[in-house]
Amino acid sequence: MSNTTERSGMLVGLPGDGPGGAGDGTLDRLRRGAGVFGRQREATVFVVTAALLLYFGLTHPSTFGSRINAIDLLSEIAAPIVIIAIGEVLLLICGEIDLSVGFIFACSPFVMFYLNVYFGVPAGLAILLSLAFGVGCGWINGFLTVTLGLPSFITTLGTGFLLAGFALYTSHAEAKTIPPATIGIGNWIGTNPWSQFIWAVILVAIFHVVLTRTSWGLHTIATGDNQLGAREAGIRVGRIKYGNFMIIGFLGALVGLQTAFYNNTIDPLAGGYTPMFYGVTAAVIGGTAMLGGSGTILGAFLGAIALSTLIDGFDLVGITANLLPIIFGGAILIAMIANVQLARLRARGRT
Amino acid sequence: MTTQPPETPDAATPAASLAAGADSPPPGTDVLRAEHIGKSFGPVTALVDVNLRLAKGEVLGLLGDNGAGKSTLLKILCGFQQQDSGALMVNGREVLLRSVDHARSLGIDAVYQDLALINQLSVYHNMFLNREELRWPLLNNRAMRKAAREHLDAMGVNIPSVDVEVARLSGGQRQAIAIARAVYSDAKILLLDEPLAAMGAKEVAIILDLIRDLKRRGDVSIVIIAHNYGQALEVCDRINLLQHGMITLDKASKDTSVAELNDIVVAEYRRAMEARQRS
Repeated sequence: MSNTTERSGMLVGLPGDGPGGAGDGTLDRLRRGAGVFGRQREATVFVVTAALLLYFGLTHPSTFGSRINAIDLLSEIAAPIVIIAIGEVLLLICGEIDLSVGFIFACSPFVMFYLNVYFGVPAGLAILLSLAFGVGCGWINGFLTVTLGLPSFITTLGTGFLLAGFALYTSHAEAKTIPPATIGIGNWIGTNPWSQFIWAVILVAIFHVVLTRTSWGLHTIATGDNQLGAREAGIRVGRIKYGNFMIIGFLGALVGLQTAFYNNTIDPLAGGYTPMFYGVTAAVIGGTAMLGGSGTILGAFLGAIALSTLIDGFDLVGITANLLPIIFGGAILIAMIANVQLARLRARGRT
Repeated sequence: MTTQPPETPDAATPAASLAAGADSPPPGTDVLRAEHIGKSFGPVTALVDVNLRLAKGEVLGLLGDNGAGKSTLLKILCGFQQQDSGALMVNGREVLLRSVDHARSLGIDAVYQDLALINQLSVYHNMFLNREELRWPLLNNRAMRKAAREHLDAMGVNIPSVDVEVARLSGGQRQAIAIARAVYSDAKILLLDEPLAAMGAKEVAIILDLIRDLKRRGDVSIVIIAHNYGQALEVCDRINLLQHGMITLDKASKDTSVAELNDIVVAEYRRAMEARQRS
């Protein structure tokens, strides 16, 4: 990966050269406050998300503002995107990507089902093993990418097909119902209307801290920003990549279980590329650079909420869903143009 | 082609050949010695027979043309590559440097031209990269910020704030931080690869000051790879000229001059041109 300073991508993050000279009281303080806010990388995506929520909430208070819609929006639509986006942010920062996570999503509830129903493994253990299956898939992606040296795009393209085939072939392309023994735990994982969203928030909090406040996060950024330099500083770059592949594998398996519990069905066609691409989109809109080295979990969270608000809002308002991809495409391009151009401005301001 | 050392009169007594030319301190004080180092890459011989020594607290300038073998020698001294023949002595003891980490554990640290800085991390995170202070499981940012500030102040490195991203600093400031990081990690032998390349006069002054400060402290010994003779003479105690994989000149800075070094290299070009015309 290149390590030019130009691509330090973030939606916003203009240097904001400190508080301007002499000002007059309140106005100055306001300006300084705005400066601090504007320097937060998540500022723009926060404004966009809040504006979208406000718009739909004010124009359609009875439908968009209802409790049922809140559950639909936050738990059913947003939570899976958020959780997958967390993993993609970590991988994108260290210079890789995982296209297979949507298929780990599809396979993990089947793993639980087979273990519990066919092999009599107790429900709790079956669920843990299905999460471990996700971690194992991540390890394989890491092995192919780091140890065998394939580009992660190709690695996960291949493993994605393999996993899709695993779900279809072993299930004979038939959906299964949730095994009765797992229903109790399932409530905690995804059946309860709010549980998916609560998990998403908890995971965002955890991984935000991991990325910004731990050695793991620091080394992940270092790996993506300047891999040779990170190696020269003694960071074991390969281990960082393995670890982040395993994290997204775990998250993919968790989302698979959650969706299966929420719908009370294990569908071999669940997951796939759509949640993965939504996750990557959320990450990019939230300020993660595709070239590695920078990104934020909070930004991806807000990006996922913005995407979900659009999906849900268009549905409620009755605008044809066929328009959605156009909006998303535009949003991705605008976010990336802003990333690149603002980074260029920053670089110019420096000299 | 092999890397047999060519016959030199005092090959049998390396100490004698090493001492040639410079007013040398007693051999016991050398922190680093290279004896008859040879290295080739397939058919290309990079180093033929390099003898080099570095006294404690000394600043040695390693000069030479492109392709003379400076980078190869640096990579061997910092453990990145291993020599084919010859030996390295660190503090009087012969060692085979297995890796960069191994060299670092012996107090040898290289500051590469690419600086190994992470542009998008703050100055203090760069200073502590892979040696972070922890309040488990979290980073102890406050302690690192404070220590970085104090250390940079003590070294006279002037930057606006340790919180800024390294990407926003100038070339001289970045180089200074890379050097400060190596010193902070307790490096006793610093290998600086072209620390003054592509820098403006103001930037060069920052680094020269920093190197002089280190020299005053006396506990750090430095090898500087450079191609600008004037700058090297400015700050180095002694100059070694590397040509065709051998050290052809070893003089104290005060005993040589830009003119002498230039003459040697120009003579070298003349020979090369004559050889071309003859063939």
